[in-house]
Amino acid sequence: MAALKPSRRIHDLFAVNPQATLQLGLWVALSIVLMTVDHRYHTLDGARAVLATGLYPLHYLARAPADLRDWLRTNLAGRTVLLDENAQLREKQIFLNAQLQKLTTLEAENRRLRSLLESAVNTPERVLIAELLAVDFDPYRHHILLNRGRQHGLYVGQPVLDQQGVIGQIIRVDPLTATAILITDPNHALPIQINRTGARTLALGTGHFQELELPHIPNNEDVKVGDLLVTSGMGGRFPRGYPVGTVTKVEFDPGSPFAHIVARPVAQLDRIREVLLLENAPDTAQPAAAAAAPAQP
Amino acid sequence: MTTAHATGGWVIACSFLLAFLASSVPLPDELSRFWPDWVAMVLIYWRLALPHRFGIGTGWWIGLLVDVGRGALLGQHALAFAAVAYLAGQTHRRLRLFSPWRQAFSVLVFLLVKQFLVFWISGVIGYPPRDGWYLAPAVGGMICWPLLFVVLRDVRRYFQIT
Repeated sequence: MAALKPSRRIHDLFAVNPQATLQLGLWVALSIVLMTVDHRYHTLDGARAVLATGLYPLHYLARAPADLRDWLRTNLAGRTVLLDENAQLREKQIFLNAQLQKLTTLEAENRRLRSLLESAVNTPERVLIAELLAVDFDPYRHHILLNRGRQHGLYVGQPVLDQQGVIGQIIRVDPLTATAILITDPNHALPIQINRTGARTLALGTGHFQELELPHIPNNEDVKVGDLLVTSGMGGRFPRGYPVGTVTKVEFDPGSPFAHIVARPVAQLDRIREVLLLENAPDTAQPAAAAAAPAQP
Repeated sequence: MTTAHATGGWVIACSFLLAFLASSVPLPDELSRFWPDWVAMVLIYWRLALPHRFGIGTGWWIGLLVDVGRGALLGQHALAFAAVAYLAGQTHRRLRLFSPWRQAFSVLVFLLVKQFLVFWISGVIGYPPRDGWYLAPAVGGMICWPLLFVVLRDVRRYFQIT
């Protein structure tokens, strides 16, 4: 009996608990059901919203170190640095004001011409500023979490911009937060237009922050490196004329009907801190909600 | 005894909270590639240390919270974490005998399984990983395991969580 004891202990070390295996099976089954429901039917959005609101303070806590660093930088900056910055900003302000003057006259002219053509007048969009709370950890899925939600009037499909250009669109709205998909997400397609020639196509996300792909441009189309891409307004989600990217590579392959064209987003997607949310005039936003949806919202 | 249980739950919750924060800290690119999933590692620790209090279901619920926090598909991390809790639970008798460094290799396997499951599900819903880098956080986790193990063990002993 005494000799048996140690061997049984060793055996214990390798014991497999069949009950645990059964348990695992049940939990896995539950996960699969949950994932299917969440992915196909979106009926769990309410539950998710409740949980997301509970987790809201966590995101703020996670941001605390970065916020502290920013705070220290602004508060401990030397006087000369601040004066320098101030002078630079003032200069920029003057420059921008000069451009703005031109813009007002152009806008007025544009409106007059449009009314002459009897086309719809572009209503000016309202803009809301949101801050970035978190970036999706999954490197192959470019989603960002913003600190504004349904409470602030956000809606699914709302365009998201930064100072330079288009970033993406809102795909999920929770009470206090919202998730946006970036234009570089592999599942995102954005209707665009080449500013110089007016040729229309899509800008597809590639999963790289610096790359967009432009499919369906014929080999004989006039595209050059450096061409600016702007939103075409097709599909109705994005208003017309916002900068999206610049063409960085044009390759003609005689064997294929379409050119291989790569562009770089003008917005710095990997270092976003604050974003602008455009609010379309409701009558233009509603009908086309489905048209420009990402392949898998 | 009852007070020890109460404090214990509080400490465990805090450890998960900190792990979640550690996973969400914005980092430079080179580091973030290897930045381990701290929540999964803390889960492995508590599953090894307190298998009677900390079951597969607990792992599943923590995974679900991670799903919500990261905006992932509901159930994606839950499934992976349940699998990790299962693996850790089945081997905890052996792993407890090992030194932290030897444990680290088993932890590597658990984390690889977790990464694989999470990204496999991503692939199914149309986000396949582009290259093998998605497994790198598991390696980072292996490297960090001995440190985490020692810290959490001391915490557990200090608060006398059993």
